[in-house]
Amino acid sequence: MALIRDSDRQGAGIGRRAVLLFGAKLGVVGLLAWRMHQLQVEQADRYRLLADENRINIRLIPPARGLIFDRSGRPLAVNRPNYRIVLIREQAGDPERALDELGRIIEIGDAQRSRVLKEVSQKSAFVPVTVAERLDWEDFARVAANSPVLSGIIPEVGLTRFYPEGDATAHVVGYVGPVSERDLKRQATPDPLLQIPRFQIGKTGVERRLERALRGQAGISRIEVNSLGRVMRELDRNEGKAGQNVQLTLDLPLQRYALTRLAGEAGSAVVMDVRDGSILALASTPTFDPNLFVFGISTENWENLLNDPHRPLADKPVSGAYPPGSTFKMVVALAALEAGLVKPGETVWCPGYIKIGNRRFHCWKRVGHGHVDLRRSLRESCDVYYYEMAQRVGIERITAMARRLGLGSRPPLPLPAIAEGLMPTKAWKERVHGSPWLIGDSVNAGIGQGYVLASPMQLAIMTARLATGRAIVPRLVQSFDDVPVARAEPPDLGIPGEHLKYIRDGMRAAVNHRRGTAHAARIADRSLAMSGKTGTSQVRQITEVERRAGIFRNEDLPWERRDHALFVAYAPVSDPRYAVSVVIEHGGGGARAAAPVARDIMLYALHGGPAPLSAYPEKVRPEIRKRRATPETSPRPPQRDRA
Amino acid sequence: MSLYDPAEGRVPSGLSKILHFHWAIAVLLVAIAGVGFLMLYSVAGGSLQPWSQRQMIRFGIGFAAMLVIAMINIRFWRRLSVLAYLGALSLLVAVELMGSVGMGAQRWIDLGFFQLQPSELMKIALVMILARYYDWLDPELVSRPIWVIAPVILTLVPVVLVLVQPDLGTALLLLAGAAMVMFLAGVSLWYFAAAALAGFAVIFTVLLSHGTSWQLLRDYQFKRIETFLDPSSDPLGAGYHITQSTIAMGSGGLTGRGFMQGTQSRLNFLPEKHTDFIFTTLSEEFGFVGSLSLLGLYVLILVFCIASAISNRNRYGALLTGGIASTFFLYFAINMAMVMGLAPVVGVPLPLVSYGGSAMLVLMGAFGLVQSAHVHKPR
Repeated sequence: MALIRDSDRQGAGIGRRAVLLFGAKLGVVGLLAWRMHQLQVEQADRYRLLADENRINIRLIPPARGLIFDRSGRPLAVNRPNYRIVLIREQAGDPERALDELGRIIEIGDAQRSRVLKEVSQKSAFVPVTVAERLDWEDFARVAANSPVLSGIIPEVGLTRFYPEGDATAHVVGYVGPVSERDLKRQATPDPLLQIPRFQIGKTGVERRLERALRGQAGISRIEVNSLGRVMRELDRNEGKAGQNVQLTLDLPLQRYALTRLAGEAGSAVVMDVRDGSILALASTPTFDPNLFVFGISTENWENLLNDPHRPLADKPVSGAYPPGSTFKMVVALAALEAGLVKPGETVWCPGYIKIGNRRFHCWKRVGHGHVDLRRSLRESCDVYYYEMAQRVGIERITAMARRLGLGSRPPLPLPAIAEGLMPTKAWKERVHGSPWLIGDSVNAGIGQGYVLASPMQLAIMTARLATGRAIVPRLVQSFDDVPVARAEPPDLGIPGEHLKYIRDGMRAAVNHRRGTAHAARIADRSLAMSGKTGTSQVRQITEVERRAGIFRNEDLPWERRDHALFVAYAPVSDPRYAVSVVIEHGGGGARAAAPVARDIMLYALHGGPAPLSAYPEKVRPEIRKRRATPETSPRPPQRDRA
Repeated sequence: MSLYDPAEGRVPSGLSKILHFHWAIAVLLVAIAGVGFLMLYSVAGGSLQPWSQRQMIRFGIGFAAMLVIAMINIRFWRRLSVLAYLGALSLLVAVELMGSVGMGAQRWIDLGFFQLQPSELMKIALVMILARYYDWLDPELVSRPIWVIAPVILTLVPVVLVLVQPDLGTALLLLAGAAMVMFLAGVSLWYFAAAALAGFAVIFTVLLSHGTSWQLLRDYQFKRIETFLDPSSDPLGAGYHITQSTIAMGSGGLTGRGFMQGTQSRLNFLPEKHTDFIFTTLSEEFGFVGSLSLLGLYVLILVFCIASAISNRNRYGALLTGGIASTFFLYFAINMAMVMGLAPVVGVPLPLVSYGGSAMLVLMGAFGLVQSAHVHKPR
């Protein structure tokens, strides 16, 4: 305590030192002032000369953005010259007169004119202001030819993105757009390139997620300019690095075909090569023209896209999560087999419903299936069998099996907004809903309803894994700058081969057996036969009143309350090559709405083009012939660039 | 806890404190920040977006924070010193463990709406704890070796933490700031002489280590030093900044090119034109007169702070005011020296003018402490 003194009474006692220190600081300040004087007064002329007469200007050269191709090298995103006209006030003198003169050569609207004049008055004299862009070559050439008499009007050529395939790959490839304030904020250290006016970056799809590779590195050009900002000569130039070209695994014709087959619906189709996980088609309908976004979309177009109930902007196959319905039954069956809680030959009695507590769970077939074993349960999609299995196995084991098959986790794809889906557990329900897991929840999950959700992409992964027994992972990028992306041999799933065999048998019967749910959608060509599973997932609960009144025909319901139609398949049965999943929102029954679409897409993939009629079952051949005779309605060809 | 102490003499209370604010300092702060708004408006090509407006909002918040801090008795802040230091220290450790990586160096904690730089907080917290220490210590003992060791440790711990981030500029700023507080407190000059000698030895060793297996600095730091010594060695990289900024300044001449007329700062691509190199734009547009005026405003703040410190019989308040003034001095002196090619490029902002949230808020908080010391000084 002896050390503690009351400072207040004795004074701070820093006076002498403070004055000393301040003196030293003044010395430094003096040095700074001297340096200012030296730079700005003594040598001002020299620097003024350096600055005005012969100043070195460093300009960033935007790198060419990497191109995007499909698996065969068909261009999906390219760079096109953008012919534009800029005005520099410093050189033009009177901007109004310059615009008048320019107006005699190309058309300049009143709105355009006032926008330019406003921008010119706000910016410094030497900043170029864009007068017109996306000119066609003739207009541009006329301006260029007249440029000696048009002072301050400068024709420029830039690069801009163009999607030659238009809406065919809109969701996968995505689009670029002008850098927004939000884009800048998202990055800790924004690339100086982003500050260049009119620089474009990826906004969605692969364009966004592979931005880093596609963008490239800025080049630098050191130029000498005179006091008017006119370039005297280029001192040196470093071209920078163009962005990497990206080759996707997509197959453009197949992609187009899938879109055509889904036209008019809000649907998804995924085609995956089961041998290496390559995504050959990733179709989402309705689609849109990404070229509309490149220069900023008009409000009208934007609102049309936003208000469409079919949600054209959503990338349904990867961002959509749907109750998988009966396509989930393979998961439940495998979980039951693995737990040893069912023998394949064991039968369950289906009277059309089962009663749990005082609640009835109905089979889709009201009169019941009778005795049902595993194979028949998949073939005819008996719900009661799976109500029973779900009770035996319990949700935890079902979820664990689902995860092994790729459900309930985000597939690693270079796409934004990838749906995780939902594979519930007891703990999950406790946490999110605050109520305990009920037996009825398990029963619902047994037929892929209730809390269970999966994306079409996840269903395709599941199908590929069922077909191969390996942990197939989807891949969308084949190579960067022609260097193939390394891929690892997918590990074995660790599911016993005989279990998989029972499941595959059931899936094969579902399509090829006379009584299978998807028999009408089979492939007639035996060498290419397909295995699959239908699914119809309810969007609503059928009330007891409705059931009694007999309103459960989908056609009687408004569109948004109809069932989702699903179908997953792989083919050929003997040596699987492709897995396909098709989901049609509110499409009705999976067998009727989704399975034929999946079959057609599968045949197209297997044949690498339109399949011969002999591959189709006899019954549907007239319909196919008719469809081929009518011209394609969708997708639309890309809209021509406005001049 | 009662903050009343009869020894304090007459200390204004309640709202009458407002009358005792150091309004001259407050006005000077507004003037300097105003220069900042103008320059940010100018470098954005005549637009409040994206910098100027946000800077105004931050300054508004900072100014309000200053007033609030000023209303609270300096004795409260004295008690808080140790806590402030420990808090800043743990944030520094936290940033080391989990800070987000920005500008190649781990310096920020992302609070979502705001990126906090704990090293900024530490600049003030270190001054606070040293002031507290020398307030507590008998002035007779300040030069005893054993009583010199404690503040040296208090300083070196955060300095080392900042150094490994790595942020050489801030580390040196902390070191110099702490040294100035110790100097004010009356530590014998022999220590400073010894430290200076040791400093030269360290610099010599560091330079010697370049290119060897025991290299002490990162390559980019060496590059900055090299570039400082010879800007033309790297005209496209860091040297480009110095070359271009001196040309821009020089071309401003005596009276400058006029507001918004600076060709150099906008024609040339200076990536940090709105942060560390903003002084360049000011000098080009307002010339020698403008640069000297801003320097004058800074010196005036310094003068008022030191006058307030000398007249303050409360040792804590006096040391705190002197220390904060010194930190402030270091900011603007190093930044200006750097821009004019007198010091290597070390990433120190021009206080209250450069665009940036952390530095601005911390600085205004610090001036809140200066005001508090001034308002509550024994009269």
